[in-house]
Amino acid sequence: MDRPSERIEDTRSGSRGSPSGSMTSAEANAADSFLVRVLRQDGPGLTSYWETHRVAREPDMNCISVLQKIAERAETIEGRRVAPVAWECNCLEEVCGACTMLINGRVRQACTALVDRLLADRPGEIELRPMTKFPVIRDLVVDRSRVFAALRKVKAWVPVDSYLDMGAGPRQSQEDQELAYQYSKCMSCGCCLEACPQFLKIELVRGKGESETDFRRRLDEANRQAFLGAHAIAQVELFNLNPIGSMTARQRLDVLTGEGGVQICGKAQNCVKVCPKGIPLTTAIARANRAAVRHVVRKWFDL
Amino acid sequence: MPVPRVVIIGGGLAGSAAAMKLAELEFDVSVVSLTPLKRSHSACAQGGINSVNDLTRQLGDSEWKHFDDTVYGGDFLQHQPPVKAMADWAPRIIDLMDRLGVTFNRTPEGFRDQRRFGGTLYRRTAFAGATTGQQLLYALDEQVRRWECAGRVKKYESADFLGLALDDHGRACGCVVQDIQSMEIFTLPADAVIIASGGCGALFGRSTNSMACLGSAVSRVFQQGARYANGEFIQVHPTAIPGADKLRLISESARGEGGRVWVPRRPQDPRRPQDIPESERYYFLEDRYPKYGNLVPRDIATREIFRICIEDGLSVQADRMCVYLDVTHLPRDVLDRKLAGILEIYEKFQGADPRTAPMKIFPAVHYTMGGLWCDYERTNDGELVVGSPRNQQTNIPGLYAIGECDYQFHGANRLGANSLIACIFSGVTVAPGIAAYVDAQQRRPAETPASVFEQSRRAHQEQYDRLIARGGDGPNPYRLHQQLGAAMTRAATVIRRNAELDAAYQEVCALEEQSQRAAVADRSGWANQNAVFVRALADMFPLAKTILRGARLRDECRGAHYKPEFEMPAVDSNDPQQRKLQAERWCDVFEENNRRWLKTTVASWSSERQPEICYEPVDTSLIPPRPRLYGLAGADVIEQAWRTRQSRRELQPLVHVEP
Repeated sequence: MDRPSERIEDTRSGSRGSPSGSMTSAEANAADSFLVRVLRQDGPGLTSYWETHRVAREPDMNCISVLQKIAERAETIEGRRVAPVAWECNCLEEVCGACTMLINGRVRQACTALVDRLLADRPGEIELRPMTKFPVIRDLVVDRSRVFAALRKVKAWVPVDSYLDMGAGPRQSQEDQELAYQYSKCMSCGCCLEACPQFLKIELVRGKGESETDFRRRLDEANRQAFLGAHAIAQVELFNLNPIGSMTARQRLDVLTGEGGVQICGKAQNCVKVCPKGIPLTTAIARANRAAVRHVVRKWFDL
Repeated sequence: MPVPRVVIIGGGLAGSAAAMKLAELEFDVSVVSLTPLKRSHSACAQGGINSVNDLTRQLGDSEWKHFDDTVYGGDFLQHQPPVKAMADWAPRIIDLMDRLGVTFNRTPEGFRDQRRFGGTLYRRTAFAGATTGQQLLYALDEQVRRWECAGRVKKYESADFLGLALDDHGRACGCVVQDIQSMEIFTLPADAVIIASGGCGALFGRSTNSMACLGSAVSRVFQQGARYANGEFIQVHPTAIPGADKLRLISESARGEGGRVWVPRRPQDPRRPQDIPESERYYFLEDRYPKYGNLVPRDIATREIFRICIEDGLSVQADRMCVYLDVTHLPRDVLDRKLAGILEIYEKFQGADPRTAPMKIFPAVHYTMGGLWCDYERTNDGELVVGSPRNQQTNIPGLYAIGECDYQFHGANRLGANSLIACIFSGVTVAPGIAAYVDAQQRRPAETPASVFEQSRRAHQEQYDRLIARGGDGPNPYRLHQQLGAAMTRAATVIRRNAELDAAYQEVCALEEQSQRAAVADRSGWANQNAVFVRALADMFPLAKTILRGARLRDECRGAHYKPEFEMPAVDSNDPQQRKLQAERWCDVFEENNRRWLKTTVASWSSERQPEICYEPVDTSLIPPRPRLYGLAGADVIEQAWRTRQSRRELQPLVHVEP
């Protein structure tokens, strides 16, 4: 269930080194409390900094309840009053994807990161950082709009004629349903992108005198050119498997074979290792690759 | 004519369904949400979605029986025309979701598979593993994205709804919204506004709800004059696992697929559950409700679990209330194909495998049956006029409510797998009604002079500036929230007592007063979650007070609202003659209760910051109320007495729910 922990290389340059100088190891090992190191950042483009909080240990804690305790106390170990740490969350049962962050160096959802297990692996301390492949909005909140932009780009939907009553959808084998269900559990959390060596961070700053619209356009263009990532390739598989979706499969394959498409994948296979939903991402990429080749060959011969 | 505009607050199942349908009808749609649509709370719905289907039809099921199960399950507190329409439309809604690519589980022949759910004897529930809500939400989110690409829908996915803009006719003409990153406050003019913001689990501290289920959008329109109905009806789900941050749902589908609830007959039996022989296990639901067994409606299952733990002292553990939910006897492939989603949740959070050892569960606050009061139009025969501008419209013209935050469909208790159908049904059918409403307006609300919007915007801006200026010295808002949750959970969940409700009301008023001064520790003008929470906290109190007041006034037991002080008289005599008399007495009380209490609770927010409550008759014109016993062992004498009484009066025969 718990995958062996993988440390993602720290590609961040702006981080100011090690924090929490003042605590003694005796304090850190106190069984009734533990330390939480959080990499904070007050806003986009600002310098990040470490901050350490002490949290009382209670039964059944996860990293969400840790952050709730920090918000409630809002005081560092040095006794300094600070603003509560900002983070994103919603469902708290790993179906919404919101609370994704780096916990002890590993990208995952904070809700399923249980304190007892984290402390068993690394006694006394938990480290929380924002994902590194997306621009930081504040503290642990990052801007993942690029994930959704990729879904727009690959036309990740079933293009029905209308929402009028046209009877049931096509029948489907259990096997096909089970395959599709695997892919459709993707909650767009971004773990696969964080772990991917080919997926690089895009962080643009709005220029002086640049209008909001122009800035948006520039960002869209940058997103369009950059790698789609494993999640979007798997969604192409999902919709090209769907009997109605398959009718527009070529449009999605055009995207896959275009700029930022499947050819950029370097087959590091990190994505599938970090996917919290166990989606067969590398299988999807392999299938997409084959479909893409067929698609290109057919286009050459104008079939 | 300019393109008509609608703003939708909330992008879960109901909001997304409305957005895609309105876009198809060529509206210009804006969706305002605290989270990206795809991360909405609908994703947490697990078990499935109900409708009569080709399979159940051949076993005698019909739209009417789905309708009947729903109103019987809701203890007859719903107006029946909209509920009947929902049951009638349900098969078509599921067909539509099927076409949109929802990965419903399949039979070997390739048809949609169905399972049984609570409060019915038919296998009416279509499902996609144990993450049906997530799958339905994704299908709708994808359609909304398609319309977004077509330029028809604009999404504001990190925005907080602050209030309505009202024109000089009192119509909703748009709303004021805050971007919760830039903290900029702006207005969105509209010809109609839809609230689709879900339930208010946050009032109870921890619940099965997501963190965005704050109830704040509903509370804000309530404070602007919208009415709130049946607030006291809060569903407590029988099977959840406790956590420090949230109570996590273990879906009814576990029981739908054959899961059994039991406790050891010996209190706190120290043996491992798998070592306790069958004869020493007490399957209390099956024992008391032989007909429905583990699939009695949620309010009943929850009360039975409470009874077994509190009154009978049979909780599995002494230090923590819980009972076993056992699926270990089910075949592995069924578990993996149909229930994997929930079993993984249990596994991830409890660290034990429910395939080999029974789960330990306990009830948790789950669903808001009450909600914004809304209207409907019916024909003389009691059918809903689909496409009427009155359907789902609140008492504020141009303000609509759909999904969990409306009160229309579930009465005093919601049946499992009916919420998803209600959300999509109300979302899809509200669209033509809004089109009719907008067509009928002589002057488009969105054309209201800019000064009106600017005035609303400025008022909210000033309020926000004052909030930020308050600083960090007041009471701690997170602790106030915990206290509110504790007070509400103690007084207004499974067992309600008037003295406790009175005390809770006092306590909540005191907390409200403190919340007005609550500390805002973060003064940042960027992504200030602290300020957004403090504001939401203050808006929890009007709904909390409405729930408490409604519960205090309603001196009866109905569905999820249970007051031991007003329990139905016992039918427990061993003497047959005496027993008959007791049953007659039971029926007398039942009829008296209905005369007095078969009414919708309707609350308005007064200028003294108190809920004012009045009652409206319920339209039960299609199915007359009858005792809601679910075949309780030993209660057949009541059924008999009731039948005799009805036939003596030559009323229309009762509708039976025999398979």
